[in-house]
Amino acid sequence: MDHHPPSAPPLLSLVGVGKSFGTVRALQDVSLELRAGEIHALCGENGAGKSTLVKTIAGVHRPDTGHVEVDGARTEFAAPADAQRAGVAVIYQEPTLFPDLSVAENIFMGRQPLRTGRRIDRPAMRRATEALFERLGVRIDPDRPARGLSIADQQLVEIAKAMSFDARVLVMDEPTAALSGVEVERLFAVARSLRDAGAAVLFISHRFDEVFALCDRITVMRDGRYISTDPAADLTVAAVVRRMVGRDVATLFPKQEVEPGETVLEVEGLTRAGVFADVSFTVRAGEIVALAGLVGAGRSEVVRAVFGIDRYDSGRVRVGGRALPQGRPAAAMAAGVALVPEDRRQQGLVMELSIERNATLTRRWPLSRMGLLRRRDEERATAVWAERLRLKAGRFTDAVSTLSGGNQQKVVLAKWLATEPRLLIVDEPTRGIDVGTKAEVHRLLSELAGQGIAVLMVSSELPEVLGMADRVLVMHEGRVSAELDRAQADEESVMYAATGQKGRAA
Amino acid sequence: MGPEVGTAPKAAASPGADTRSALRRLAGTRETSVIGALVVAVLAASLLVEGFASGRNAGFLILDIATIALIALPMTLIVITGEIDLSVASTLGLTSAVMGQLWVMGLPLETIVPLCVLLGVVLGAVNGLLVTVAGLPSLAVTIGTMAMYRGLAYVVLGDRAVADFPFEWTGGATARLPGTDLPWVVLLIAVLAVVFGVVLHATPVGRSLFAIGSNDEATRFSGISVAWTKLWLFVASGAVAGLAGVFWTLQYGSARADNAFGLELSVVAAVLLGGVSIFGGKGALPGVLAGVLLLGVIRNALSLADVSSDVLSIVTGVLLVVSVVLPTTITRLRERRPRPAPS
Amino acid sequence: MSTTRNPDSTGSPGTAAATGSPAGAAATAPRPRGGGDARAGRRVRQVRELGILLALVLLIAVTTAVNPGFLAAQSVRDLLLGATLLTILAVGQSLVLITRNVDLSVGSVMGLSAFAVGTLFVAFPGLPTPVAALAGVAVGTVCGVVNGVLVAAARVPALVVTLGTLYMFRGIDFWWASGRQINAADMPDGFLGLGRVTLLGVPLPAVVALLVVLAAGWYLRNYRSGRELYAVGSEPQAARLSGIPVDRRVFAPFVVNGALAGLAGVLYAARFGTLDATVGTGMELEVVAAAVVGGVAIFGGSGTVYGAALGALLLSTIDAALPMLRVDSFWQQAVVGLLILVSIGLDRLLAVRTARRLRGGGSRGA
Repeated sequence: MDHHPPSAPPLLSLVGVGKSFGTVRALQDVSLELRAGEIHALCGENGAGKSTLVKTIAGVHRPDTGHVEVDGARTEFAAPADAQRAGVAVIYQEPTLFPDLSVAENIFMGRQPLRTGRRIDRPAMRRATEALFERLGVRIDPDRPARGLSIADQQLVEIAKAMSFDARVLVMDEPTAALSGVEVERLFAVARSLRDAGAAVLFISHRFDEVFALCDRITVMRDGRYISTDPAADLTVAAVVRRMVGRDVATLFPKQEVEPGETVLEVEGLTRAGVFADVSFTVRAGEIVALAGLVGAGRSEVVRAVFGIDRYDSGRVRVGGRALPQGRPAAAMAAGVALVPEDRRQQGLVMELSIERNATLTRRWPLSRMGLLRRRDEERATAVWAERLRLKAGRFTDAVSTLSGGNQQKVVLAKWLATEPRLLIVDEPTRGIDVGTKAEVHRLLSELAGQGIAVLMVSSELPEVLGMADRVLVMHEGRVSAELDRAQADEESVMYAATGQKGRAA
Repeated sequence: MGPEVGTAPKAAASPGADTRSALRRLAGTRETSVIGALVVAVLAASLLVEGFASGRNAGFLILDIATIALIALPMTLIVITGEIDLSVASTLGLTSAVMGQLWVMGLPLETIVPLCVLLGVVLGAVNGLLVTVAGLPSLAVTIGTMAMYRGLAYVVLGDRAVADFPFEWTGGATARLPGTDLPWVVLLIAVLAVVFGVVLHATPVGRSLFAIGSNDEATRFSGISVAWTKLWLFVASGAVAGLAGVFWTLQYGSARADNAFGLELSVVAAVLLGGVSIFGGKGALPGVLAGVLLLGVIRNALSLADVSSDVLSIVTGVLLVVSVVLPTTITRLRERRPRPAPS
Repeated sequence: MSTTRNPDSTGSPGTAAATGSPAGAAATAPRPRGGGDARAGRRVRQVRELGILLALVLLIAVTTAVNPGFLAAQSVRDLLLGATLLTILAVGQSLVLITRNVDLSVGSVMGLSAFAVGTLFVAFPGLPTPVAALAGVAVGTVCGVVNGVLVAAARVPALVVTLGTLYMFRGIDFWWASGRQINAADMPDGFLGLGRVTLLGVPLPAVVALLVVLAAGWYLRNYRSGRELYAVGSEPQAARLSGIPVDRRVFAPFVVNGALAGLAGVLYAARFGTLDATVGTGMELEVVAAAVVGGVAIFGGSGTVYGAALGALLLSTIDAALPMLRVDSFWQQAVVGLLILVSIGLDRLLAVRTARRLRGGGSRGA
């Protein structure tokens, strides 16, 4: 199964592909062969360039250097439509649905079955949709609008869409992130049947059990570069991790031992209908508490409610013993709460504004004199934190979008640390940043806890959770399913709690 | 990633600094090019059009653009936050109608004027509440209130005109500053322009306006109350439109329900011409003032040169389209230029 | 080793399961989900249009009860003729709005087309009516192409472009007319009599408008490219990723809208006979209002031309009914404004309620 005779050229290959965005080099000289009848895994840390690679295959990005080959012939994908015509179907990491249109239309947009007069055959489209869902073993009404679908259901619609292509090359960018065990198994069955029918599947996942269970060959990327491709049978999890990270995992997380102080955050019975229910926990000064769980378990929603971005139906939030009013981020800030949100580009930063405007957005009033805010003061305040966080930037007046992901995250951290919080909430603090910066962020969080700041960390990266946290709260479907202290928490116990009673077949 | 260079903000150490500063210069031209166009237009008109370069004419020009200039000030802030207020001309009309009606009912103007400004505040607050509390798109809301306020103006005054305001008020509206040919309203515009300009460009509130316009979600995550800020902008817009209603009525000596009909599009055109992005997040008040003046100068020069005023529409339209198409196209062409291969 | 959290593109917090609801506890048993939701979703759209229809019927009923003359053949015919222009323009505008754009220049385009038709008749008195009509439509089409090129190719926001062309086309109209007026006497009787030609008692222009509505509605519902207009307006980024030729889908509605504005200009010329450069001034916002009242979302992706047509009919009927109800006609505009606010407020309310129901309902069948 692993080694097809090399007589036939690969269905699709990338040859020496490079791609830059501004000063950020997302891909450098990456080559990849997708052969007929294989499931090929692509592994790499966040920010390793996997998504850029996917978008290059999909025809969204045109490579700056190198090229794409289909059946051994050099091809140029000028637009997604070209890639589709070449038989490439992509399930993106972030669902790309049309909220106003029905589920069936989302699946067949641009390819609706037709009847006489080139009219859309709605009954046929409905039947085809039902057949696709049948294969996936899910039930979603084809006629309902995509708006309001849960993330998992959106992902299932995406999968059905990709299946409907009868693609020769199917790319799945973390398709299982939000799915339950049974749904994942069905998806794998579909992927295997596509492979057996002679298609090539590119599978991207952070779950090694899935990678090794499903894939024939594994390619590893790091920092936008190609590292290696080997048959899965020749590799171990540890070997793949070493190649992804470029060093041993154990050295990554320098958590200082701290004696926790008084309770800073108390959350009691926090409930928002349909999102999270009866969430209670505390965070003490000097402590790092991790909120672990699967995507969609409601972790980000809880911290957003604590900070006052979202409203909640019942429950209480106390900081330093005093109740926080609902829905008022400004009040939370006044009480000493800071939130580094999960989506840096949408929530953490105003990408079009300059570095210094972003870094001082939380401190406009303290920095102003007699109501007037001067650029010199903004610049000086930014310089202090740029120095402390070792920010790599040209001018502070440049748009923050010109920075690399890691440096952008430093600006977000600077923006919040400058408010001198007593409770720092960080949501996926190291997503999409390079390994070096990641270690810096971890060291910083550890130092902050050492200085007596209470840290609440939402993270989907298990090593990060296990390495950093004094206590781990695991959420499953909106509820806290386990509270584990540092000694109890390991990969197994956290995953078990995160997947609920059913567990994950692996 | 090169070696850490620490923080040297002025050193321009990073490799992309050159392209970035070029882009910055390009961005800078949005306002400066409007101001440049204004200078060229003034010079050309002074040389070519007889009677343009006189104090008397300058006075007329300013009276001509006064209302648009006033309303454009809060409009600039609103558009920068990514919203729009199309109801301003109707607010003006309703204020004017109410002013006429109250005068007919015998109230003294000393009472009427503050009431009219207050009415503007209320009308602006209605827009603001519909946008912020009800969460409706301001484009749709203010198209609705535009029709409604204008309609209410007709309900109040019908198609009558009230024109018997005392001369000391109507004459006062167009009176010149002592020793000059400039009307006193230029002072009002200047004071308000400084106030709005300082708020926009040099205060914490101004910073949040740009942030809201670029990304209101990230702004909310920074602890800024987006709704509250927008509400106050609509109130300010209503207040200034109310004030403009009083001024318009006295300037032309006539309170009518259809006063300033269609003016909202002229104001929006001037704001956009001045370099404010319709998507929010970008713009500067000096650019808008230059945009207002540019339109005024062209109109004034054309009428002095006896060119039919119809051409003005074409000029306005072309200027507006070109001022947006040109920079967008230049940026896109630059982006399309192949990047040097990474070394 | 990490799982990446997908931002919920709908903006409403979504979870794998609704744990707060009893259904979440029983998630092990597969059950059809979303059945009720789907019906709710469909119903929202139908309710929206039925609501306007109901308002329309109610208005007509009340007006007729107060003043039975309202349903007299002549006044119905006048009403239909009056609604014709607004309906045609609202259909075109809806096509543009659905793609998340707007065309503010329609009033100017209509004026330009009307004047062009009049001028043609002055220059060639014997011109056959169809030729003149085609010329008017052609003028509108050209204007639409200008808008479309600027929006789709130059990628300039439609609001800015069409505000600019609103002035440009109007200016060209003024410059061309240079103060002239074209009167009914300058045009052949056959052309002016278009409004009196009836088909089964319905005036010809109203039949044309009806055909335009049906054709556009049919196209939007049954053809791939029609559905793609909704896709582009609903989520432009996703449309690009799906391989939809976004620029072409944005361009075409501007051209069609221009052509329809041209057609409206022809019908205006035939109906009123007196043409100067101010024809259609201020019409643009009334047209947008009709579409919005009819449930076309101002930020794209949803709404139908049937709704927009009903919206236009409702606005025209209010216009005609108020004098019959002996309501001071000065109230007309205020009522229209209120109606716009109520419509968008209702749309918002329905959307919020649907979102809440979808959030609370349906668990995953796995």
